[in-house]
Amino acid sequence: MTRVALTVNGSRCEADVEPRQLLAYFLRDELGLKGTNVGCDTSSCGACTVLVDGESVKSCTVFAVQADGSEVTTVEGLADGDALHPVQQAFHEQHALQCGYCTPGFLMATVSLLKENPNPSETEIREGLEGNLCRCTGYHNIVKAVQAAARAGA
Amino acid sequence: MIPAVFEYERAGSVDEAVELLGRDEEAKLLAGGHSLIPAMRLRFSRPSLLVDVGRLDDLRYVREDQDRIAIGALTRHADLVGDPMLREQCALIGDAAALIGDPQVRHRGTIGGSVAHGDPASDLATILLTLDAELVARGPQGERTIAAAGFFTGPFDTALEHQEVLTEIRVPKTAGTYVKYARRAHDWATVGVAAARVDGRVHVGLTSMGPTPLRARAVEDALADGASPADAASHAADDAMPPTDASASSEYRVHLAQVLVRRALERL
Repeated sequence: MTRVALTVNGSRCEADVEPRQLLAYFLRDELGLKGTNVGCDTSSCGACTVLVDGESVKSCTVFAVQADGSEVTTVEGLADGDALHPVQQAFHEQHALQCGYCTPGFLMATVSLLKENPNPSETEIREGLEGNLCRCTGYHNIVKAVQAAARAGA
Repeated sequence: MIPAVFEYERAGSVDEAVELLGRDEEAKLLAGGHSLIPAMRLRFSRPSLLVDVGRLDDLRYVREDQDRIAIGALTRHADLVGDPMLREQCALIGDAAALIGDPQVRHRGTIGGSVAHGDPASDLATILLTLDAELVARGPQGERTIAAAGFFTGPFDTALEHQEVLTEIRVPKTAGTYVKYARRAHDWATVGVAAARVDGRVHVGLTSMGPTPLRARAVEDALADGASPADAASHAADDAMPPTDASASSEYRVHLAQVLVRRALERL
């Protein structure tokens, strides 16, 4: 076991983990943060996207030990109390989800995208989210939601 | 999809990483992990010790080194995409890095990890071969420089010795282009083509056209003899051994290589 200490959604946590434990499963099974979904398990679908030190990563392809000392943000860390994060609000208003399984990953990828490019074109949004797959809603309303979030200054 | 059990050590320096590798013949280096971790999850790779060099931020840089540009081995793909010096002096590296995986992959994957992995589908490996890059490695006996032409020795195999750590990559300042064809978003290249001007000649490299990245020497020689881009491109696959796999047949790869080499040369 290896000792890790990291900050998750602003709270400091320490734990002993097996080196082979992936960050996605550490978040879900050790910390109970089940908002981070695991979809393909092969770093393709993006459902497990979280922020590590402010940048989007696929948490099924990062060992928890690699996140030692880092700041991790999951979908649970976006809202401020009952007030949705502007990206969440935009996804809600633009009907950018249907079953919702991919949504936490899309939200986190969008937060990272808008941090790097606050005013992306439609093409930049589609390319910027190419690491996330949605199998039911389609991408049209997701793109609209990202545009709305950008307008709202997310 | 859970990797086999392994021990984990985080190296605080390159020298410590070299020493840690010496403890275990089945040890492997972990940088960004975006080639290694998927392979471990599929149990294609079962290292008994992982030596994590991912926090060695002093190997994360792009800087001028006289007539060349030196890139630290742990420079991430996202860093390469946005680097102003590369954009000015060797734009094809950033252009190609922007085509690797997706934003999440580019936030973690490193140039050193990508080329040390030895994947014949690596875009950056083809570019380094095309540019006649130099790769600097440190091991128990000190530092040595390896020419890209001798670095890629086989599929998932390189000239690096077990205890050697790739530390720096040096590329010339030059104009070049990279053309990649992939069937799906964030996929590997079905075929990729690099073209660049190096020492007064046009160099052409191929991705996914053989067991390692390859140079298209017949194209280069035809261009040196004055052939048009279209005529030279017809020789794109003369020296290649393209595989047949789930993405494409060997014959289709030959066709793609000819088309993409012509496009790359016209764009150069």
